[in-house]
This record gives sequence, structure tokens and C-alpha cells, in this order.
Amino acid sequence: MSAAAPVANKKARSFTAPSVIPGFRATFGFTIFYLSLVVLFPLSLLIFRASSLGLSGLYGIAVEPRVAAALRTSFFISFAAAAIDVVFGLITAWVLTRYEFPGRRFLDAIVDLPFALPTAVAGIALAALYAPNGWLGEPLADYDIKIAYTRWGILVALVFVGLPFVVRTVQPLLAEIDAELEEASATLGASRAQTVWRVLLPPILPALLTGFALAFARSVGEYGSVIFIAGNLAYISEIAPLLIIVKLEQFDYAGATGIATIMLAISFSVLLAINLIQAWSQKRFGHV
Amino acid sequence: MSEAIPSAALAPVIAVAAPRSVTEETPLTRNVLIGVAVAFLGLFLLLPLAVVFTEAMAKGAGAFFATFEEPDARAAIRLTLIVAAIVVPLNALFGVCAAWAISKFSFPGKSVLITLIDLPFSVSPVVSGLVYVLVFGSQGLLGPTFAAYGIQVVFAIPGIVLATIFVTFPFVARELIPLMQEQGTVEEEAALTLGASGFRTFLTVTLPNIKWGLLYGVLLANARAMGEFGAVSVVSGHIRGLTNTIPLQVEILYNEYNIVSAFALASLLAGLALVTLGFKTLLEWRYAGQIAGRRRH
Repeated sequence: MSAAAPVANKKARSFTAPSVIPGFRATFGFTIFYLSLVVLFPLSLLIFRASSLGLSGLYGIAVEPRVAAALRTSFFISFAAAAIDVVFGLITAWVLTRYEFPGRRFLDAIVDLPFALPTAVAGIALAALYAPNGWLGEPLADYDIKIAYTRWGILVALVFVGLPFVVRTVQPLLAEIDAELEEASATLGASRAQTVWRVLLPPILPALLTGFALAFARSVGEYGSVIFIAGNLAYISEIAPLLIIVKLEQFDYAGATGIATIMLAISFSVLLAINLIQAWSQKRFGHV
Repeated sequence: MSEAIPSAALAPVIAVAAPRSVTEETPLTRNVLIGVAVAFLGLFLLLPLAVVFTEAMAKGAGAFFATFEEPDARAAIRLTLIVAAIVVPLNALFGVCAAWAISKFSFPGKSVLITLIDLPFSVSPVVSGLVYVLVFGSQGLLGPTFAAYGIQVVFAIPGIVLATIFVTFPFVARELIPLMQEQGTVEEEAALTLGASGFRTFLTVTLPNIKWGLLYGVLLANARAMGEFGAVSVVSGHIRGLTNTIPLQVEILYNEYNIVSAFALASLLAGLALVTLGFKTLLEWRYAGQIAGRRRH
């Protein structure tokens, strides 16, 4: 007993840098234990199940017509929604950081609404809004525009969930831009449009790309706010997360695992892309 | 607010009269951009929010309050409160421990650990639920073993708790880690050399420094825990009065065309979201230096 304690101590010391602060072993141990139990173990079981399907099995699931259609729907509509979020997110961030107008603080706070509002609540609200008898659905129906229960509905819901990612990624950078840069550009004869386009936008491009990637990643996995407005027709307006649930209800665990693995792969590629963008940005602009 | 309106209303007039600074847009561009942003936020954020409360009150206050007399609705509210009461303290404890280990010590693999803690944010809610079905479901790895002891996890409350822990896992930790990294270890070292115990140092030195950040993280985790839908939907089994949380009950009511009740229950969650946003804004405004806030979500 007495011999074991110093050995363990020595081991801990060689792992961390020397410090007088106590509690490393307890807090680090609990962190690793809890993380492994709640997150790593279940996730690795998913990967393990998927690996037993093999690459050919995964491919077989991915090219099943209904699965392929759902993955395509999720992927392309998420991409379009993230692109719309980049445009309007940039305008929103610009207006909120640069202009003073009544209600600015309120709008700034409300941008986080999609983070705070439960997805099911957003889902039924959007569905009610765009349904044929809804506040927006009714006037749009006069022009033969149908949004609810079509792919357009999915797009609307995904634009909603992705917006704050772009605004909140771009906003701090816009606030930090040095006014001297703009003045220098103007005194050198650039028009305002040239200054914005060639001096202000390039340094925030990495943030825009990061915001795009975050919004896209969130949209691909989004479930609650989409299913109420989507109509959920197989092959047309069915998203990949919904198909996982459909497969589970049919006790097709292999199918559900396969789709989930493909979606995880998409998320991790996006995470990797974000890290690469930030590494590049650090090198090119000296900020993240 | 009321003082801001007259001066702002005058602003365009002044901008036209005075020579424009080289770092400003023309008043026209400016007003168009403000108009676009306000219209976009109004259309995509405010209108859906307004729909929730309007639909909830569509048949008057009587129908609104009758929703909360329903036994199923009450059971859903009770279950949601129970789940949040288990999940939020656990994840707060984890967040504090993880932030302590990561910010006060240096060890190899720290950035990997931070990435792993963030992992649940990049996983679809549905997949978060699915992984627990794979572990505890009837065809799962541990499901049969647990069933032999009469413990049901999936399609029961433990599964809902686990899935909610998963989706709210990073909130407190990722709020505290950058904050505590910024604060360093000097104050703790001073307390320790003056003879305070480790736990006392935490309570009297560290905790006061991080309390607003901690509260901020807890608020966000709580809002998500009470509102989580996708992950919980996979593991709950949708048993009325037993395994339905508020969002799941909202779904059932909505699909039964019980629109008023669906929106009445939803308005409870929307109200929670608004209170959370209000607190969040207040904390960001009042204690900007004492929370990490405003970083990537």
C-alpha cells in the first residue's frame, strides 16, 4: 500500500506539468469517465456496428433508392439553406454591428432565438405560418406558391435553424475591424464599394465559410423543426434523420446504423473543413 | 428605448446634411440594408414566434388554460422538469470538473479532449438517440442484460435522461473552459500558499470568478434539456402520460389537430426560450468580461 501511492503520484506528475493546484486526478478522472460513459462508448458502438456492415454494406444502404433520395434531399437543401444564411447573415451582422437604429439591441438578442427555441416549437410554428390557411401560406397560395409540405418548407425551416451560426461567427470580426484600414483605403482613392469588397470582406471570408459550415452541419442533422413542415413524402420531401427513425420503427437496425454513420461522416468532414479553414485563416490573416 | 427613437429618427436627416465620412455608406444603402435585415429577421424569427402565442390564444384564455388541466399535459410537464433536474446538475458538475482539469493543468492531448467534449454538438439529435437504442435496445449490446434484471432503459425514463445528457453535454464545459483558461491559476495559487484547502480555494476564489459563466452555461443547457425533441423522440417510445416530455406531447397534440393545446404547451417552451434569451442578453451586457459568451455556438 505505502509503496503504491508514490508510484501513482509519480505517474500523475509525469503526465501533467508540476503544479501546486490540487484535484487534477479527481477532476480529470471524472471527466474521462463521464465522457467515455455518456459519449464515447455509445458512439463507438455505432461505429463498431457500422464496421460490421463493411464498406460494401454501407454502400449498399447508401444507394438504396429511398435512402439515396433522403440523403440527397438533406444534403442539397442544407447547402442551399446555409448559402441563404451566409447572405442574410452577413447583412444582419453588418447592420447590427455598424448601424445604430431603434430596436437594434432587441434584434441582436432575437438572433439567438433558433438556438433557444425548441425545434418542435419552431417546427409547428413554421408549419402553421406557411400552411395553406396560415398567415403567409394563404396570401402565397393566391400566387400558386406552396411552401408547407413541399421541399420549400424544408428550406424555410433550415434557413431558420442555421441563421444564428453565420451571424454569431461573423459579428465579432466585423466589430474588431480597424477603422484605419477603411480610412487608408478611402484616402488611396477607393470608392466605398471597393473598400467594402476588397478591404473589409477578405478578412471575414474565413468566418463566413466557418459560419456556412456550422449552419450546414446543423441543417443536415436537423429533425424537429423540419418534419412538421416537410410533408415527409418518401423520395421527395423525406430527410435523412427522419429515415433513421422510419428504419428504427421497422426494426431495420442495420439500415438506421448505416444512415447514421454516413451522417456522422458528413459531420466529421465538416468539422475537419472548419479546422482547415481556421488554420488557413490564422496563417493568412492572423486571426480565426 | 423611448429616448433613442427621436435621435435615431433624426439620424438620416443629419446624415444627408453633414458631409458623409469616408467610412460610411450612403444613407440610401444604409437604410436599404437595415430594411433587408429587419424584414428578414421579422419574417424568419419574429413571425414564427408570434404565431406560437397567437395560435395558443386563438380560442381564448379558457381553452389555453384548459390545456394545462389535462392529465397527459401535466405528466409531460412533470417529466420534463424531472429530466432537467437530473441532467442539468450532472452536466454542470461535469463542466466544472472538465474545465478545472483542462484550464488549471497542462497535459498532453488537451486539444483532443476539448474536441471530444464538443463532439455531441456535431451529432444529429436523431443519431444521439439512436446510439442509446444500439446500447440499451432489445437488440442492443446491453439491452438483454439489463432486461434480465428488470431494468428498462430505452422507451423509459432512463433512456430519455441519457439522450438529454448527451445533447446538452458540452454546454457548461465549453462556456467555462475558455473563461477559466483566461483567468489562469495565479489567484488559486495565492490562496493555496496562504493555507486554504483545495476545496475552499475553489469555493471562495474560483467559484466567484466563474459564477456568471456557470449560470450562463446552465441556462443554455436547461433550455436545451427541456426542449430537446429529436434525441428524446427516438428513445422515448411515446407512451402517453409516462414517457412523453413537453415537446413530444406537443407533437402528439399537433398531429391530432388539437392545435390550440399543441400551441398552448408550445408557448410554455417558447416562454422559457424568451426568458433564457433575456437572461442571456442581460448577462452578456452586464457581465461581458465574466462570461466567455458570444463565441461560436
